[in-house]
Amino acid sequence: MVPLSHYLALSVILFVLGVAGFIFRRNIITIFMCIELMLNAVNLAFIAFSRFWGNLDGQLSAFFVIVVAAAEAAVGLAIIIALYRNRQSLNIEDFDSMKW
Amino acid sequence: MEYLLLLMALPPLAGAALNGIFGRRFSQALVSAIGCGASGLAMVFALLAAWISYPLSPDSMPYIHSYFTWIQAGTLRAEYAFYYDRLTLVMTVTVTVVAFLIHLYSRGYMEYEGGYYRFFSYLNLFLFMMLTLVTAANYPLMFVGWEGVGLCSYLLIGFYFRKKSAADAGKKAFIVTRLGDAGFTVGVALLFWTMGSLDFQVIFERISKLPLDQYQGAFTAIGILLFLGAVGKSAQLPLYVWLPDAMEGPTPVSALIHAATMVTAGVYLVARSSLLYAHAPAALEVVGVVGCLTACFAATIAVAQNDLKRMLAYSTISQLGYMFVACGVGVFAAGIFHLMTHAFFKSLLFLASGSVMHALGGELDMRKMGALRHKMPITFWTFLIATLAISGVPGFSGFFSKDEILAGAYGGPLGRPWLYWLATFTAGLTAFYMFRAVFMTFFGPSRMEPEVEHHVHESGSKMALPLVLLAFFSVVAGYLSWPKPLGGREAFDLYLDPVFGHSEEILRGAVSHPAAQAGGGLALMVFSLLAAGFGILVAYWFYLKSPAWPDRLAERFRGFYRVLVNKYYVDEFYSWLVVKPVTLGSEKLLWKSMDNDAIDGVMVEGTGQAAVGAGGLLRRIQSGNLRSYAAWVVLGAVLWLAYILYKTG
Repeated sequence: MVPLSHYLALSVILFVLGVAGFIFRRNIITIFMCIELMLNAVNLAFIAFSRFWGNLDGQLSAFFVIVVAAAEAAVGLAIIIALYRNRQSLNIEDFDSMKW
Repeated sequence: MEYLLLLMALPPLAGAALNGIFGRRFSQALVSAIGCGASGLAMVFALLAAWISYPLSPDSMPYIHSYFTWIQAGTLRAEYAFYYDRLTLVMTVTVTVVAFLIHLYSRGYMEYEGGYYRFFSYLNLFLFMMLTLVTAANYPLMFVGWEGVGLCSYLLIGFYFRKKSAADAGKKAFIVTRLGDAGFTVGVALLFWTMGSLDFQVIFERISKLPLDQYQGAFTAIGILLFLGAVGKSAQLPLYVWLPDAMEGPTPVSALIHAATMVTAGVYLVARSSLLYAHAPAALEVVGVVGCLTACFAATIAVAQNDLKRMLAYSTISQLGYMFVACGVGVFAAGIFHLMTHAFFKSLLFLASGSVMHALGGELDMRKMGALRHKMPITFWTFLIATLAISGVPGFSGFFSKDEILAGAYGGPLGRPWLYWLATFTAGLTAFYMFRAVFMTFFGPSRMEPEVEHHVHESGSKMALPLVLLAFFSVVAGYLSWPKPLGGREAFDLYLDPVFGHSEEILRGAVSHPAAQAGGGLALMVFSLLAAGFGILVAYWFYLKSPAWPDRLAERFRGFYRVLVNKYYVDEFYSWLVVKPVTLGSEKLLWKSMDNDAIDGVMVEGTGQAAVGAGGLLRRIQSGNLRSYAAWVVLGAVLWLAYILYKTG
């Protein structure tokens, strides 16, 4: 059996990678992919726990997360397309109008 | 009876309201009809109540009737109730009769002045307040009247409000009396704390039952505090400074408020509380001494005044001092007697001066008068009668009342010889300065300006009739109390015995006194006559026979004379002591420093600036840079996670 801690460690590593990518990458699409990475890391953790406790609660939560991630990706990409049409750029540093 | 008293008190209030609210549209005739009618009704019902009550035996008094409960707070209960006893009878009759006559006089006097309706409205309101004061059955209600007359005094002194000196005088009167009122209020509070009630009847019953050694201190304190109120209201030392300035008001105001009624409220307060004072002889001594000193002090100032009304103002202060001397030595009835006679002759003096003022187109400087007795006979004769009365010339009312006081000062329960001698000396001064006024105004060569002299005329009947009536009372009122040394039984004092007798008894018993009682009566009278006679003679010498003398004396004793003319520089002293510091402090400290800098600057402006500053700092987080936002979120999450682990670890 693979110990729970391994799964959780993997989940944490994936999550941290996602956060790091979210902060340091410039391309919006890349940032979105990092967001999805974070979500999937969490999914992994849920599933691991579900396996560990032997009930389906984690898997149920994972379902919710997948659905929400899908919806959010759709909406987010639509917004990105609209932004691109305006600024002709996918560089996150070019979108800084809403500031003091 | 309860309706009678209500009918006495309410018409002036109604008159004030009517004239005050609608008077602008009324004709002068209607305004004066309402005003005089209201005060006339008050007088009629006061007389009616007196007529009914006069023959009643003293056991049925005091008649107390409560109309409704005004204050009910814990154990403090004050009703709107009237307390009618023989003292109230005397006060209400005096007040309403004099007030009515002055209302009549005002019809003529104020005819060409603006604000006719306002004047009568205020005058009526004053009458209502004064009646409330003297008929109140408890201290709070009395205080309502007390403050009410103070308010009306302020309104009427500053009647010509566009004139700065008049407005200032009104303020001065109100503020100075306020100092006294502070004492009054504290005294009443102490009274409630000691006695548990503020009802006259309850207090008077309880006083005698309390153990003296425990309570005397409290009684003395209360007595002195209440007297402080009287000092303010009745213009005694050191709170008298407002009264001379109050002459800025129209003459009927000076006559009614500052001679006959409001200023006597202090005397009434002390007299009404006589039982309290009887148990606190120390307080009573203070009353007597202050009264005597004031009487003399004011008389010395009056001697050097050239303004007719101002001199009369100082004379009023002096005579009020006499009334307090009477109370202070324990002959309360004599004080009230003098209050009554003084009301008549002093208001007459003021009204007559108003008559002179009108005839001379507003001139009040006696140095610019003279030889008026043929041109204004009625004014002259009534003024002379009043002067004879105030100087204590036998046959006129002032003689009877003043002599009773002097006799009491010597031999009364708390009488002291020095009080008597000072008071007699003051009587001499009184005779002097009053006859000085008569001689300067009505006799001698005319020193008037020619255009003024042209217009001199006797006043019309509207003003002359009250003068004559008051002159009548100034003579007759004295006979109510024929002095004992001359074989009489002092009926007035006897009549008021149920009110004051008990207090006088207590004082006589409490204070063992060596001063002569019965024997000296006639001798005392002779001395006072000598003093008055001497004063008159000197005045005659100075102002008729050798008119150069006063100026020569003034030259020789220049410094002393200047001090007198400048009223001992008391106003300047107060200005330096109180007014300047308060004004300066208010301006520099309270206004500039606190209001401007602290509140406006730091609190209002500062808060705004702080908000702006903080906002300026905080908004830099909104950099528009999405990645920094993300970093903040992550940082927050990490901190939170650390906190959770710390808590559960």
